[in-house]
Parts: sequence; C-alpha cells; structure tokens
Amino acid sequence: MKNGKKCVGGWILIGVVLVYMGLLIVAPISALVSGAFQNGLDAVWQSLSSSALLQSLYLSLRISLLVVLVQALFGSMVAWVIARHEFRGKSILNGLIDIPFAISPVVVGYMLLLLFGRNGVLNPVVEWLDLQVAFAVPGMFLATLFVCLPFMIREMVPVIKNLDLQQEFAAATLGASAWTIFLRVIFPQLKSALIYGMTLTLARALGEFGAVLVIGGGVQGRTETTTLYIFRALEERQYTEAYTAAILLGSFSVLIVYVADWLKRTQQKRKAINALNVGI
Amino acid sequence: MDVSSVRSMPRRRWSESIIRAPTFVYMIVMILIPLLVILQDGFREGLGSFWHQISLPIARHAILLTLWTSAIMTIINALMGLMTAYVFVRYEFPGKRVLNAIVDLPLAIPTLVTGVMLVMLYGPQEALGNFLMEKIGLQVIFAAPGIVISLLFISFPFVVRSIQPVLEELDLTQEYAAATLGAKPWRIFRKIVLPALIMPTISGSLLSFSRAIGEFGAVVIVAGNIPLKTQTAAVYVLGAVESENRLGASAISILLIAFSLFVLMLANIMQKRWGAHR
Repeated sequence: MKNGKKCVGGWILIGVVLVYMGLLIVAPISALVSGAFQNGLDAVWQSLSSSALLQSLYLSLRISLLVVLVQALFGSMVAWVIARHEFRGKSILNGLIDIPFAISPVVVGYMLLLLFGRNGVLNPVVEWLDLQVAFAVPGMFLATLFVCLPFMIREMVPVIKNLDLQQEFAAATLGASAWTIFLRVIFPQLKSALIYGMTLTLARALGEFGAVLVIGGGVQGRTETTTLYIFRALEERQYTEAYTAAILLGSFSVLIVYVADWLKRTQQKRKAINALNVGI
Repeated sequence: MDVSSVRSMPRRRWSESIIRAPTFVYMIVMILIPLLVILQDGFREGLGSFWHQISLPIARHAILLTLWTSAIMTIINALMGLMTAYVFVRYEFPGKRVLNAIVDLPLAIPTLVTGVMLVMLYGPQEALGNFLMEKIGLQVIFAAPGIVISLLFISFPFVVRSIQPVLEELDLTQEYAAATLGAKPWRIFRKIVLPALIMPTISGSLLSFSRAIGEFGAVVIVAGNIPLKTQTAAVYVLGAVESENRLGASAISILLIAFSLFVLMLANIMQKRWGAHR
C-alpha cells in the first residue's frame, strides 16, 4: 500500500521487478557500451569519422527530417479531420491509421516494391515522370513515412479534441478571420503536441530498418542509412564500427525522446500552475 | 459549451472540404492502395496457390516459429508487466523514478540496435553467453530463446503502460475495507485488484503480440536467417523478396498482416471498453 509499510512480500516483488528489468533492459545496454569501448577510444574515434558512417548519417537525417515535415503537415490535417469532423466512414479512417503499427516493416518495403518495382503497378507512371522510386531515396522516404504515420496523428487527436471551443467562438464573434483564429488561437495550443509528435516521428524514422532495407537495397554511398550501415558492418565483421554506430544511433534516439518527454511535462506543469493562478 | 450551440454556429462548408479532401487522398494513397496491391498480388493465382505457398515446409516452419515465440513472449510479458505496473503504482522505493523512465527505453531504441545489444550480451564469445552455453547448455543467440528475449525487450512497455493508468485510478477504499475485515494481502489482490486489471493486461498483451509477429530488426540480428531453424516469418518474406519468389512473399505477407490486424483490432476493442481513458 501507499502508506509506506511493506511486508516481506512487497520487498520480494520489488526485487523481482528490479532483477527482471536489470537483466532484460539494463544489461544489454551496458553490454553494448562496454563492447564498443573494448578496443579503446582510438578505435571508436576512427569508426566515428569513417566516411561511410557520415554519409549514412546524412542520408538518415535527410529522409527523417523530410518525413517529419510531411507528417507535421498531413498528420495534423488527418488528426484535425478525425477530431473535429463528423462524416460517414470516419471509423474506417480511424482504423486505417493504426495499420502501420500492425504491419511488419519488411512487408511495408515489399508493398512499395510491388507498387514501384520493375513490374510494379505504378511503374509506368514513375517511368513516365522519369523518377526512380524503388532502390532509391524516394522509395525509402515513402517507406519511412508509412511506418511513422500513426505517431503524429495519435499524439494530436486528443489535444485537438480537448481544445476549448469557446475561445474560437469568442474570436469569431470579435470578427477574426478563420486564418487569424487558427494562427492566434488554435496553433499556440497545439504547438507542444506538435513538437512532441514530431520528435517521436523523428526518433522512429531514424531507427527504421526493415522497410528501407527492402525498398532501398542498402547500396553503400547511395541508399545506405545508418541502420543499414550497422547491418552491413555486422555482416562484414567490422564489429567496432557496428557497435559505435549502434551506440550513436541509440543514444541519439533516446536523447530526443526523453528531451521531448521532459518538455511535455514542464509544459503540462506550467499549464496546471496557470490554471491554479486563474482560479485564485 | 453544449452541442446545440456548436450546431447553430454557421458552418464553413468549403473550408471543411479543403482540409478533408487531402486527408482522404493522403490516407488512401499511403495505406489503402499498398494494402490492396499486396492482397491482389497474393491471390492473383487463386486460393490454391496461396495455400500452397503458406504450406511449404520452410514457410510453415517460419510462421509457426513466429507464432509460438510471440505467444511465449506474450505470456511472460503479461505476468512481468502486471508485476512491474503494480510495483510502480503501489510501492515507494529508492530509484523508482529512474526505473520508471527505463520502461520507455525500448520504445526509443531502434530495434536493430536492440538486436546488436543482445548479441553483445548473449553472443557465444561474450561472458554471459558463454556461461549459459557451458553451464546450462542454453543457446540464446541464433536460437529460439534469443527471439523470445528480443521480443520481450521491444514489447516490455506495452503491458506496463496499459495497466498503470487503470491501477492508478483504482479505488483504494475497497481494499482498505477488505483489509479491515481481515483479508490477507494475497486474497485482496486476487479478489479486488486482479479483476480490475485483467482487461488492460489482456489488451496490452494483445498489442505486444501484434507488434511481435512482424518484428524484424532485432530478430534478424539475434536469430539469424537459418531456414527451418531460426527463420521467422518476416525474415522469410525478406528472403522470398530477394530470391524473387513473389507469390511466396505476398502470401506470407498477407498472412502476417491478417494476423496482426486481427489481434490489433481485438486489443483496440478491449481498450475502448475497459481502458482507463474513455
């Protein structure tokens, strides 16, 4: 119970959970960190400055940032429609959003191959446009976009639903245009959810592996993202390179997710304090 | 603000469709079309050859391996997730906040990196992996236990985070009353706490199951790609794509999608009915 008194059973329970989490989560993380530094700092430094890694980081960042931008725009729109509009078939739209959660990344890449590959359904269109999608960056962008689709929307829908309609009515009554209302009344309230959703999307996009492997092929220097670089380094038994890149990617993803989480919590605290002050 | 006053507000029809049309196009192009294309491709030679593809020995083994490793993971995850959530909500102990933050780590770490980490811990050349192999004869890497462990790692947050809010909202007075009447802690847990947590536990477990069926990044590193031994369904699809076995790739993909969509739907329905946020 919460009153602080613990029987023996309580301590045993805490102990079991501690050991389980230690073995399952903490031990592998420390194994990776110690493994990468096994051959000394020089080896780590050398693998960090390899041009293949830098190239792959650049490509990962480019794809992920583009995905984040597209999702910030279209994801918010989808969230808006789901939160505010009523129409027939809304539950179907709502169900579609979760589908990327349920589909294996490999299958995502494969679906795009079926669309844009050599005998793909949309291949004539792509050829006519003189584009290359499969085994090229545009295909990897689409794959990452598919995989990241739900994050932004799921983050935004509850926030939009909770918006105070009275403020919008008040602004409209005072003669504000729809655009002004959006910019001055709605957007400021959505900002923190938007940033949080973008961060989650970025972390997920940077870590995407299966889908970009299938659609991109992982050609070094052309379609190799950081995850594909790690995969190749492992297969070529360049372990220090693989481990270093894995630590880099892992800690970066963890860092941005936790910073976003922290931002969200301080924002909520500030809101709560503001609400209190208004109450007084 | 009640609903009637919202209705009476003049509607801007055009602005609604300006935002609704691109939304529909976006969702249809991004999600519906790829799904329909893969369905069409898998069944283009009829149900017979679809069935033939999924009953090939290697494919069948991959599917069964995926299902049973995911099932074992789900059972362990349900038990340990329940315990973890209970400890986090009901007990105070030093380091709790750090531990609570660690729960979300698997969501932030790319699954490929998870695979690399597990190989470094349980690999045959590593201390722990070597110990397990020599002393107990348990092979983790390139074997089924490795698959289960990596699935446990990536889906750990799902059950914990689905039970935690329900447990936090649970009314303590019932438990106090039972304790006053002389009920033992275990009896209180079984009769009062557990019934409230069953549904969130199941829905969280289903969520982790649906996530586990399609897992690729961690599993391909930890289990490798040995047909009839450690090849899971997602890895099989990759192999089929690479060897241009299009019908096989489509058939197994459809099966994977169907499985996890079904489980995800079940989880969503349960979450809506019995979840904390209604």
